[in-house]
Amino acid sequence: MILNEATVREIKKRAVRYPSRRSAILPALTAAYKQVGHLDAEIYRELARVIDVPYVEVAEAASFYTMFPKEEVGTYLIQVCHNISCSLRGADNMIEYLEEKLGIKLGDTTPDKMFTLISVECLGCCANAPMFQIDDKYYEDLTREKIDKIIDDLRARAEKDSK
Amino acid sequence: MEQVLFKYIQDPDQIKLDRYVEHGGYQAIQKVLKEYKREELIETVKKSGVRGRGGAGFPAGLKWSFVPQNLGKPIYLCCNADESEPGTCKDRVLMERDPHQVIEGIMIASYAINCHTAFIYVRGEFMYPASCLEKAIDEAYDKGYLGKGIFGTDYDLDIIVHTGGGAYICGEETALLSSLEGDRGLSRIRPPFPAVKGLYGCPTVVNNVETLASLVGIINHGIDWYRGFGTEKSPGTKIFSLSGNVNKPGNYEIPLGTPLSYVINELGGGIEDGHQLKAIIPGGSSTPLLMPDQIDTPLDYEAVVEAGSMLGSGAIIVIDERACMVWVAMKLINFYAHESCGKCTPCREGTAWLKRIINRIEHGEGRPGDIDLILDICNNIMGRTICPLGDAAVMPIESIIKHFRNEFEYHIEHKKCMVETSYTFK
Repeated sequence: MILNEATVREIKKRAVRYPSRRSAILPALTAAYKQVGHLDAEIYRELARVIDVPYVEVAEAASFYTMFPKEEVGTYLIQVCHNISCSLRGADNMIEYLEEKLGIKLGDTTPDKMFTLISVECLGCCANAPMFQIDDKYYEDLTREKIDKIIDDLRARAEKDSK
Repeated sequence: MEQVLFKYIQDPDQIKLDRYVEHGGYQAIQKVLKEYKREELIETVKKSGVRGRGGAGFPAGLKWSFVPQNLGKPIYLCCNADESEPGTCKDRVLMERDPHQVIEGIMIASYAINCHTAFIYVRGEFMYPASCLEKAIDEAYDKGYLGKGIFGTDYDLDIIVHTGGGAYICGEETALLSSLEGDRGLSRIRPPFPAVKGLYGCPTVVNNVETLASLVGIINHGIDWYRGFGTEKSPGTKIFSLSGNVNKPGNYEIPLGTPLSYVINELGGGIEDGHQLKAIIPGGSSTPLLMPDQIDTPLDYEAVVEAGSMLGSGAIIVIDERACMVWVAMKLINFYAHESCGKCTPCREGTAWLKRIINRIEHGEGRPGDIDLILDICNNIMGRTICPLGDAAVMPIESIIKHFRNEFEYHIEHKKCMVETSYTFK
């Protein structure tokens, strides 16, 4: 099993609240994504068993929703908004800065598997542009100084966790 | 200016039930349960004139009145918290800082339509706002404000927070319902309208977060008080998300009918670092441009339409002279092409084509005739799709070409920008 007990419990707790089992698919995908960091066919199979729906229904829904990466990503997935409001506040320039800082191109993962850098569409944080999301957290009104500290702090956190 | 929805958002404890109650919270729902029959409540909200704050501006009370009560099926309410229209970031503030106001609004609307299970569809990326709502809902259950026999009456209500998976289309009400049912977020042909056949084939009302939150003030203070804000046809206050090239971007609550110039110059502190205003997107990225000489347009549903655009979700995106308008068009069309759900051919194929053509112009590979080709494709999308996403993609593109055709021509002829876009971050 890829899914741990806590994730399965979370999914089952949510699933019983809906009039239809199928409605639990998105909450289940979300719970799996939060645990694993990405989704794949093996995870769809497990989810289909947990909520008791056909595998194809889980896979079909997952294929539509872009929020869930479909392959392994770094420990920290940096999702930079590149939509209009953020772009007017220098999002393109910020992406260049991040590429340089992490030594990778947009779409890539650092060799140590720590960071994956991608751009995404509007995250609904337009008045605090430019911004990016890492896990469930929004980092807003970003500056070079703030980014330096965020990346350093995340590296330090990962090192501490691995000890 | 008097704040209604945002009255207590600066108070960090407003997210707690006790503080919300101290500030007069959960009085409106008690008043409704004890003093109003459902029909009276619908009539009151109709008379208040509150209109849907998600973008369409449809009168909320009227929407409720379409729900048939005699089908013998459950009736559902869905709070639309899939805030995804580029430029829009207001509902998030309500959910994060005053979640009980949203919940109380849902309770009022649920009672009005005789609903006993309400859903809040929150966009997937909004994990923190969703957690704020869930905490607030748990608190409300613990107090007996939700569940069976609310406030000593025989009215039962459950509220379920449902999170999405990152799809703009799910903010469209029929796609939202498909998504909530566990399907891909594809829009559905109307009629039948959700009010008759919506979630799980049952009568369903979909209302925006801000619309629902507005109900609390209307019930607490009355129709006359509410109509004291705004204009005759666009009553009340509304939250505007101000973004782009202004000194103080932010979410500002103002009475409808307030001039756009007040928002940009007074609240927003003017154009960023003294730059020149070039264009304004007044109601979210789907709406046509307003030009600098239209800056005194009053921000109400009618006046913005008269000026050639739409109030939409109230997301004002300010563009200064540093932007190449082909680049702006490219940013917008890349979004719509990415978000088209793929169900209707004109939108699926058309947005992809528009993306390809506008990108090649921006990258110096534009061809003679490309501008007319863009307009022709726009014409083949507009009004030919099930849901408004196709129209939403077309309207800003047509408008940008109408006002800045010279920049497109220059781009094609000289293989470069007339204005080199030069936004840096600090």
